[in-house]
Order: sequence, then structure tokens, then C-alpha cells
Amino acid sequence: MHRTARRASGGAALLLAATLVLTACGPQSQGGGGDETTGTSTETDDGGSTELSIVPSVQIDIEGAEVEATEGGDPADPAGDGSAECAEGTAIAMAGALTGPNAALGLNILYGAQLAVDEFNAANPGCQVTIKEFDTEGDPQKATQVAPQIVGDASVLGLLGPAFSGETAATGDVFSQAGLLSLSASATNPDLTKNGWTNFFRGLANDAVQGPSVAKYLVNTKSFGSVCVVSDNSDYGIGLAQQITEGLGDAANDECAAEVKTGDKDFSAAVQIISGADADAVFYAGYYAEAAPFVQQLRDGGVDIPFVSADGTNDPQFVSQAGASSEGAILSCPCGPAPDDFAAAYEESAGQAPGVYSVEGYDLATIMLSGIASGVADRAGLIDYVANYSGDGLARTYEWDSAGELAAALIWIYEVQ
Amino acid sequence: MPALAEALVHSATAGPLVHQSLIDFNLAGLGRNFWGLTIEGLTYGAIYALVAVGYTLVYGVLRLINFAHSEVFMLGMFGQYATLLLLGFYPSGNAYDKGILLTVLYLGIAMLGGMIVAGGTAVGLERVAYRPLRKRGAPSLVFLITAIGMSFVLQEFVHFVLPKLTGGTLGGVNAQQPIRLVQPEVQFTIGGAPVTNVTLVIILSALVLALATDLFINRTKFGRGIRAVAQDPVTATLMGVSRERVIMLTFLIGGILAGAAALLYTLRVPNGIIYSGGFILGIKAFSAAVLGGIGNLRGALLGGLLLGVMENYGQVVFGTEWRDVVAFVLLIVVLMFRPTGILGESLGRARA
Repeated sequence: MHRTARRASGGAALLLAATLVLTACGPQSQGGGGDETTGTSTETDDGGSTELSIVPSVQIDIEGAEVEATEGGDPADPAGDGSAECAEGTAIAMAGALTGPNAALGLNILYGAQLAVDEFNAANPGCQVTIKEFDTEGDPQKATQVAPQIVGDASVLGLLGPAFSGETAATGDVFSQAGLLSLSASATNPDLTKNGWTNFFRGLANDAVQGPSVAKYLVNTKSFGSVCVVSDNSDYGIGLAQQITEGLGDAANDECAAEVKTGDKDFSAAVQIISGADADAVFYAGYYAEAAPFVQQLRDGGVDIPFVSADGTNDPQFVSQAGASSEGAILSCPCGPAPDDFAAAYEESAGQAPGVYSVEGYDLATIMLSGIASGVADRAGLIDYVANYSGDGLARTYEWDSAGELAAALIWIYEVQ
Repeated sequence: MPALAEALVHSATAGPLVHQSLIDFNLAGLGRNFWGLTIEGLTYGAIYALVAVGYTLVYGVLRLINFAHSEVFMLGMFGQYATLLLLGFYPSGNAYDKGILLTVLYLGIAMLGGMIVAGGTAVGLERVAYRPLRKRGAPSLVFLITAIGMSFVLQEFVHFVLPKLTGGTLGGVNAQQPIRLVQPEVQFTIGGAPVTNVTLVIILSALVLALATDLFINRTKFGRGIRAVAQDPVTATLMGVSRERVIMLTFLIGGILAGAAALLYTLRVPNGIIYSGGFILGIKAFSAAVLGGIGNLRGALLGGLLLGVMENYGQVVFGTEWRDVVAFVLLIVVLMFRPTGILGESLGRARA
């Protein structure tokens, strides 16, 4: 008994070793002898897949009608006329997620703002502005600890941020009481501007604009008569799905409305329901982590109707994970696309391509810098300056109403192609 | 577990916001999509079943619910992915087209890679986490907590450490960019529902592997050892069966099957390779094991297939947000009438 067991375990070890050797040899034999296989694999790689990316397509208003992008506009240049004078140590602050799971968004904003500050400083020897970084990890609780530091730093004239809606709601009162300008490049919760804060402005359309705009665009411009609205179970997904469903009206197909869970990877029941319904399009309200497997399983399941989603999915990761299945997907976003010149300068400065909200970070920092260049030297003055500001940026025209919302809030439609 | 409870509560409260009624009894939808739902359910259920075997075997032998088994499965996904990278494949948007023979060969090697990583992880887990506890005679509650702790250790290893070790190639916050070797193609239809090559491969491989394991447990000397220890560890030891060796073997088999399941899963969900990707599936596989009768090999298979199918039916009848509720209500109802699961807890007692 004992002996056989030992022999058997020896055999098992041998087998294990053999398989290890086999797998270890795999790449070598393919590189050395099996030129043919390596050849075909690179061929499929280069020839088979055309590089897909998220490309801006049109800009729409709240009725879903296409709006000409302000191509002829003259975007503000952070450099100004080069004659700015300001006190030494003048600073602006940036608060948002710089580490943690959502750091990509915070960094996009920071790098955009950094580029604007660098351009400003290079052109204005008489005024050197620094940008002070405050990491909130995107967490409302952390943000409440960081907020007093920002307020307490006397050199800070204005704040770019907070980045997310949750942290903005949690810290808004602190900044409001301190009279510090809070200029957000990405907080889209509609309720934020209903708090009576006179110091809060956001540089993009809110969620209450995105839902109806996209819904009307699908019905009026794309002429979809029946849309399956699928949402995940996050606050974002549920809120968006509700607005889309309302905006679609009769075009929202009850038969194939579905709700999936954040973190799920298998959507076979939802795919079956949608494939059984006679719909013109699928709208997914949620994030790319679920949208990628979902669109792939839709396509694998033979559902070829257009796939529409919003800013939660508008991320290069969506394309890289869904691959060919993502082709033709329509993605909306309140964020503006990056012009080529900006993209090149940004890539040189940040070492990566501009992402969602990079342009907003740049534009909003530019507005604050132009305020400083115009002679504003205190916090109240900067709030005043922004409240009365009107001018073009890279992404859009910036002009705010008394609540802090953009006067003309437009949504961009992107397409994967 | 709190995450799951939270998700359950959330999906339950979230329902009425989007839908008109809380629960819609859509029996017409079930009738319309019956075959499609059944086939999809069996495919997913087959994967549940393979993972469930790992839970069931370990429970049968050690009376331990190895909650870290879901992470063994997750590491199996990374194992097969790494093997494909080693074989010279690159992540790309499109599926490779290698012809049937080479595709099967590469998938076989990838499956082996997944099995080695998952099997190695399971055995290593036993060595590092459970054996020292057993030596000190720790109470079973400590094992359970250790299992949950190891589950998080392995997840966070892939989340934070693995990307540093591999230069960002493997692991991290986002799912791996998929490598697809097989494009699903419809082979034939049953009652109007398409059956793809992927579906066939998954169901057949799972059945073959489950039957092979069943034969191994019931027909071989090692299997007899496992059954003996499951039935009565003390007597088995007195009779000359090495308990430690049997335990190692049990973890190895569970790990190997999880590795195989990982490859089959990635055929179906190529973009599911992420550090958190095993958690929900593991919980469901565990439920499947309990449903069929934990400790019972055939029960795991039956439970997995049943859970996969019923989940799909339930999602159509009650609404997709009720998925987990359906799964666990089914579990509770079955346990009310058969407290030891459908086939009973009989790894040790059957044909000993």
C-alpha cells in the first residue's frame, strides 16, 4: 500500500514535470521551428483587426437635434498676452481621485490643468502660478478630510474640482462657506447646483441633460422605434436608465427592459430576452466593465441591432475588452473631444493620450488663469470673474447661469469605429 | 458575503425605479425563449458544476467549505491566459482563426496551463493555510474564516501584486484584454434556438470531466482512499490510508477541475478575466453544490446544471434583476424538503 502510493505520487510528479516542460517549450518551438504559426498569428493581428477607437461624431442639444460644433470659435489660450502680473506664490488647487480605482479620471483632469498652467507660466514671466494637488481618492469621506486643508491654504485662489458628484456633495458647504471658487470638470449629478452655493460652477452638462438628449437623439435623429433599456444596479445606471426610459416615451420597449448587476459577466438571460424582442437598438446604462462582455454576448448571440451607451462606457477599456463586438457602438458623453493640437501637447506633457475630461480640466484651468491674469488677486474676485465669464474653450462655449450650470449644455455623441 | 447581501438588497430595491411593476410574471417570454434559455442555462450550469465539484470534494473529506475555491478558479483563468500569451498569442479585437486541429491543440495546452495554475494554487492553499491549522487542531470556525481571508488575499494579490510582478501584463484593476481562439458559430438549432460550437464544447467537456472524476473517485484506489477518509477519517488512518495525502489529492482534483472550468468560462466570456471575476461564480457554484447535496459528486453536477437553467428561467419570468433571488429561493425551497440536498451527502457513504 505504502509503496504503491509512493510510486503513484512519483508518477504524478513526473507527469506534472512533463506538462511543465511541454508548456515551457511551447513558445520556443513556435519561435524557432514553427514560423508558420507565428506568421499567421501576426497576420491575424495586423491584417484581421482594424484598430477600433472611440471617435467623436456629433454634438446634440436637449431635443436630440444635431448642433454644429463651434468650429470657428476662438478657444481661449492659457498663455494670454504674456503681460500678466501676480503675487509670488499664487496657486490654484485641484481636488479629485489621484489614486485608487477611479484615479484615471482625476489624473485626466489634473494633467489637462497642468498643461494649461505650464503654458501660462511659460508665457508670463511676471506671474508664476502653481497647481496644488489634493487627492480625495474619489471618496466623499476622504474628501471631507481634504477640504479644510484646501480652504486653509491662503495661497489657493480657486479650486478645480472636486471631481466626482459624491465628494462634491459632501464638501460643497465647506467651500461655499469659505467663499472658495469650486469649478468642477466632471461632477454631473443634477442636484449639485440646487444647494444655493454661489461658488460652484460645472464645466459640462449634467445628467439631467444627458438622458433626455440621448433619448431624443435616438428617437428623432436615429429613428429607432423600439429600444431595449438595460441598466446595471448602480445609482448612476438606475438614474440614467430612468431618464432614458422617460425620454424615449413610447419607443422604450417594456418587453425587453432588463436590469443586470455590477460585477456580473454573464448576461445570457438578458441576451435571450432581447433577441426574442423585435427591437431597433439596445441602450445600456452602466459602466464599461459590464458593457464589454454584454455587447460581446449580444453579438455572439446573433443580436446585431445598434448598441448605445453613455459616459460610463465611454472609455478605451470598453473597446479593448469588447474587441470587434464594440464596432459601431454609439456612446454619449457630456465631455468634449480633444482637438489634435491639444492631444499632441497633452501627450508630450502627461505621457499619455488625453482621456475623458482632460479637455474640461484644461479649459477650466485656463478660465481661472485668465482671471488671475486680469488682475484678480482674491477668492471672491475669482468667483465674480467666473460668474461673469463668457468665452470659447476647446470643448465648448463657457458661460454660466446664476445656479452654476452652463447656459448652453450640449452632449457629444461618439462612435466606435 | 456582505457584498452579496448588499447586492441582493440593492437589486430588490432598485427594481421598481425602472420597471412598472415589481415582479412581472412573463410566462409568455419563457415560452418564446424556452429552448434558448435552456441551452444557455446548461452551458453556464456546466461551468458551475465543474467549480462545484471542488467545493463538494473538499467538504466531503474535510467538512470544510473552502471559500477560497472561487479564487482558485480565478487564478485558473489567469493561468490559461498566461499560457496563451506564452504560446505567442496577443490580445486582439478579433478571434484567431487557426483551423480546428490547431485551435483544439492550443486550447488543450491552455487548459493544461489553467489546470496547473489552479491545481497548484489549491494545493498551495492547503499547505499554507489549512495544514498548519489542522496540525494545531483548530476548530472548524477558524478554517472557515481562514478560507474567507485567503479568498481576499488571492484576489488582492492579482489586483495589486501581480501587475507589479509582470510589468502590468497580468492583473490590475481592469479585465484582461481578451484572446479569442474560437468565434461562436451556429452548428444546429433545437426548437429554433441556435447551438454554437462554444456551447457544445463547454457542455461536452464538462460532462466528460465530471464523469472522469466520478470514475476516479468510485473506481480507483485513490478514489477509495478519498471515500474512506470522507466516511471515517480515524478508521481510514488506522487502515493505512494517509489522510494528509488524500487531502492534498482532493484539493488537487478540485483545483484541476476549476482550471478546466476557467478555460471553458473564458471561451464564453473572454473578457471576464479579472481579479474579482471568480467571486460571484464561486458563490453560485457553492450553492449548486449544496443544492445537489454537498459532499456528493453527482449532486454537484446535477446542482450546477439545475441552477444554471433555473436562473435563466427565473430571470425571464420574474425579471432579470431577480437573478440571485431566484437562485437562492430555489436553494431554500429544495433544502426545506430535502435538507441534505437533492441527492444527499453521500461521497463517503455511497458504495464504500
